[in-house]
Amino acid sequence: MELKELYQEIILDHGKNPRNKGKCEGFTNDAKAHNTLCGDKVHIYLKLNKDKKIEDLSFEGEGCAISLASASILTETVKGKDLSFITRVSDDFINMIKNKKKITINSLTPDQMTTITSLSGVQEFPMRVKCATMAWHTLMSAIEKK
Amino acid sequence: MEIKNIKKEFPIFKQKINGKPLVYLDSANSSQKPKVVIDKISNFYETEFSNVGRSVHTLAVKATNRFEAVRDKVKQYINAKHREEIIFTKGATEGINLVASSFGKKYINKGDEILVTELEHHSNYVPWHYLRSEKGAVIKFAQVNSDGDVEIDEIKKQITNKTKIIAITHISNVTGAVLPITKIVDLAKERNIPVLIDGTQGAPHSHIDMQKIGCDFYAISCHKMYGPNGLGILYMKKKWVDDLPPYQGGGGMIDEVKQDNITFAEEHTKFEAGTMQTAEVVSFAEALNFIEEIGIKNIASHENEVLEYGLEKLRKNNSVNIIGSPKNRGSVLCFTIKDIHPHDIATILDEDGVAIRAGHHCCQILHDKLGIAATARASIGVYNDKEDMDILSESIKNCQKVFQV
Repeated sequence: MELKELYQEIILDHGKNPRNKGKCEGFTNDAKAHNTLCGDKVHIYLKLNKDKKIEDLSFEGEGCAISLASASILTETVKGKDLSFITRVSDDFINMIKNKKKITINSLTPDQMTTITSLSGVQEFPMRVKCATMAWHTLMSAIEKK
Repeated sequence: MEIKNIKKEFPIFKQKINGKPLVYLDSANSSQKPKVVIDKISNFYETEFSNVGRSVHTLAVKATNRFEAVRDKVKQYINAKHREEIIFTKGATEGINLVASSFGKKYINKGDEILVTELEHHSNYVPWHYLRSEKGAVIKFAQVNSDGDVEIDEIKKQITNKTKIIAITHISNVTGAVLPITKIVDLAKERNIPVLIDGTQGAPHSHIDMQKIGCDFYAISCHKMYGPNGLGILYMKKKWVDDLPPYQGGGGMIDEVKQDNITFAEEHTKFEAGTMQTAEVVSFAEALNFIEEIGIKNIASHENEVLEYGLEKLRKNNSVNIIGSPKNRGSVLCFTIKDIHPHDIATILDEDGVAIRAGHHCCQILHDKLGIAATARASIGVYNDKEDMDILSESIKNCQKVFQV
């Protein structure tokens, strides 16, 4: 596994300039998690509307490039989407990282697909799997909170 | 034995990691094992193994003699006065838990103070926390200064007439600070306060003489001293061995067991409940022989030379920030690289065969104080050399290249 496959341009970009960072206004749900191994932290805020759509979401956190990029990519991918989409994409993502499975959901744009699969290199680095999946697990706990 | 060719004594270095020679810079976490230790473990299991201190058959006698001979060996190595002062544990962590539990049970009451430092590993803080939550004891932290040292005056300042025990690290596993333990013990003696030293990082890198240090308790981690995993040694001054209640209950630590009462064994035996590690204890003698053959002072000066070389090399890189600048530094080099998280550093270094640790190194209190969540740590053992530092330095540059910073 080449390092440049793990640290792709997209990941470095999201890691350095994470999107949707901060606490979004009027959030209805939130959840946080941390990785005791390395001290990575993530806190996800989201605003669910009546139609069970994520109207807005954001995150606060600190950590490695992989964990920040993953959280940032997550916010871009699920913003404005409904819960059924979110559950599927989240399952797909975790399956891709943990079990080296392909993304099956077909409603992603080619751009979204490229972005989300940029993290697939993590598959080859078992000690880094949690860095990539933590934000996605946290998103699901935030949703389940209410 | 020559340090120059010492890597040959460690079979682990025969392999390549990611196609590169292994540069093992994680000895503060756990050291690699020389062949003599590995061989002793299998040889003991093949020829002499039995449980110790129980049966009377031939193998039991052989194993027991072998086991107890190591107690004498350790006594001599650390210059303890009595063999009963040597207690085998499953690690330095258990040694500290033992003291916190047994000493705490008898001597710690509500409002009593336990003095630790901000440098402590979680294993020299969490066990004392139990006494805080169960007995209402107070834990006081001697502060670390901007160099990453804890000065004797700071310790002096924190001692009050409520201080019941001082528990301090010998060498910090993050800043590398070597604490003035002898001075601290002298200071404590004036006030009649017992001192526990967490020697996890101290013992592998320094000459430890219990008579010179004069502490009451000294906890050792054998797997950081080229010895086997799952073994620790707690040195406990005789007066405490006689005075403190047992730690865990079980076989081997009793005198008489009746339905309505139990009396306990005396001396170290009361602290060694259940079947003890046997091959581990037996093989640890080989680790001590290995250290003695080279000489701990030679090991320390070699490691220091490598460390100083590495520090100088890394200081030349403007993006590298070295954590702490203590007056005396043990074999630990913690650093951060501008705009690269330590976890990413560790992954990239690994691709070059360089094994380091990244994280808070079980020292969250210290990292909070430093205002950083994590650091990268290169730690040095007898098998490291200047070339390893060159490779580390180049690999750090590679991190910067990958991250384009």
